[in-house]
Amino acid sequence: MKQVLEGSMAIADGVRMAEPHVISAYPITPQTHIVEHLSQMVADGDLKAEFIMVESEHSAASVVLGASACGVRTYTATASQGLLYMEEVIYNIAGMRLPVVMTLANRAISAPINIWNDMQDAMAIRDTGAIMLVAENNQEAYDMHIQAFKIAENQDVMLPVIVNVDGFVLTHTFEVVETIDSIDKVKEYLPPINMEYKLDVENPYSFGTLGEPSVYMESRYNLYNAMNFSRNIIIEAAKEFKDMFGRFYGGLTDSYKLDDSQTVIVAMGSVLGTIKDAVDELRESGKKIGVLKIRSFRPFPEDEIVAALKNAKNVIVIEKAICPGKGGILSVEIRDSLFKHKINSVSVNGYTLGLGGRDITPKNIHDLVARAEKEENVDGEFVGLSQQYL
Amino acid sequence: MMKEIRIHGRGGQGSVTMASILAFSFFDDGNYCQAFPSFGSERTGAPVQAFARFSDKPIRTRHQIYEPDYIIVQDITLLKSVPVYKGIKDEGKILINSEASIKDVAGELGGAKEENIVMFPALKIAMKILNKPIVNTTLLGAFSALSGDVTIDSVKKEIENRFGSKLGKLNAEAAQTAYNYIKGDRSGF
Repeated sequence: MKQVLEGSMAIADGVRMAEPHVISAYPITPQTHIVEHLSQMVADGDLKAEFIMVESEHSAASVVLGASACGVRTYTATASQGLLYMEEVIYNIAGMRLPVVMTLANRAISAPINIWNDMQDAMAIRDTGAIMLVAENNQEAYDMHIQAFKIAENQDVMLPVIVNVDGFVLTHTFEVVETIDSIDKVKEYLPPINMEYKLDVENPYSFGTLGEPSVYMESRYNLYNAMNFSRNIIIEAAKEFKDMFGRFYGGLTDSYKLDDSQTVIVAMGSVLGTIKDAVDELRESGKKIGVLKIRSFRPFPEDEIVAALKNAKNVIVIEKAICPGKGGILSVEIRDSLFKHKINSVSVNGYTLGLGGRDITPKNIHDLVARAEKEENVDGEFVGLSQQYL
Repeated sequence: MMKEIRIHGRGGQGSVTMASILAFSFFDDGNYCQAFPSFGSERTGAPVQAFARFSDKPIRTRHQIYEPDYIIVQDITLLKSVPVYKGIKDEGKILINSEASIKDVAGELGGAKEENIVMFPALKIAMKILNKPIVNTTLLGAFSALSGDVTIDSVKKEIENRFGSKLGKLNAEAAQTAYNYIKGDRSGF
């Protein structure tokens, strides 16, 4: 059914359709509405889950870790500082190979305190071993949460999946979302969780015990391999979703008007909508330009990126997080992918914008396209600074 | 075709609620829609903005609204501190809650064309019907009449959905009265 939903409500409803058994919650802006909606669903009897209020994000992550180790489907959500507080637990969830699904309502990191959107929080956990998907709009966020459980719980993956949605820009925006009417159809897509290894008094296992030097590397290698293998499962989950529900947003990446593009804009998340509209305008004026959307940041879609960019001249990468002491983050990984494939004809320009909720406008996009034609391999330069504050 | 609305108000006046009710109403009329707050500052009384878009096609863009087709101002004192008219399209309409005459704000027009501004006594109507100085639902009714871009039936339906039966009916009545007022029926005022 098509309806107008706030992003947080769409996400909560997507989670409801996946029927998690345990949800832990601790409030932090701009994630709070999601767990509030879930709490209401549980209280109203629309979702049969144990809803556990905790005293910190560290505990929120620990609760879903413990519950997931018992073999049940689990969910939590956070943002920004809350995510940082969770971080050591996320490493543990991934290391114990527990299929927790979590929403990250992307928000800037303090200081200065800033509740608005960028992707610095996501970048802080990129090496935890969690799969990191990024939604472009609230329809994709709804669908992606259902896919996330399928990916996480795949026997050959067994990793946490973090669904990134831009704080406020998606979580607090009302727009049209088509929800799925039949929970049975979702059940068909997403069968009940079935973990081979779980805490069970009849058949005891230990999780997260001491891994001595003789086994630790192998354990990390298995995680590393599972993450690499998850590429196939993410693509499969998207395709199966399309077959069953008719909606598709690409596998690890998605292309928009790329075929003859000399200039390609690469981005993740909600800014893609503004970019696509700007690209339509630029196309009308004769510019050969397209968009590459990164849908899976971890695992990183190296092959897809190389295939999409190898014939381009100019690549513009929208950096919504910074790496002080280096430059861009996404652009560095893209350059590395091209370098490994011995492609040196492409100029990869990373531009930093949209930090801490700074609006990204169509004019920004037009300006960057003009700039990138004159520049080469820009390393995360800041765009649109006010001189008075420097 | 897409049209954009920017709402100026103060924290506590229900600007975000207004934008979301507009989005629901546009959808009821068969359009795609988008509504979002600016979250500049959530303190009561501080200037806030909220945005709404509607279109016959899915809406992709997400930037804030700089060149609106419509501007709605909940509190005329904002004109002194916020450039509310900024970016208004040539044919754009500006709806201001005020009993003052347009001549009174002539010095604060900021380039906006006088003929595109509608001064509308939302507070007077709201006080009479709701007995509360909350003007967002009244302004929604006026916007429906002024723009012709959203039906009053959809606006009333979504107001009732938002506020429940008792409060909803009262607020829908305020919207209808405002609609009638703009359309020329000023009985009682």
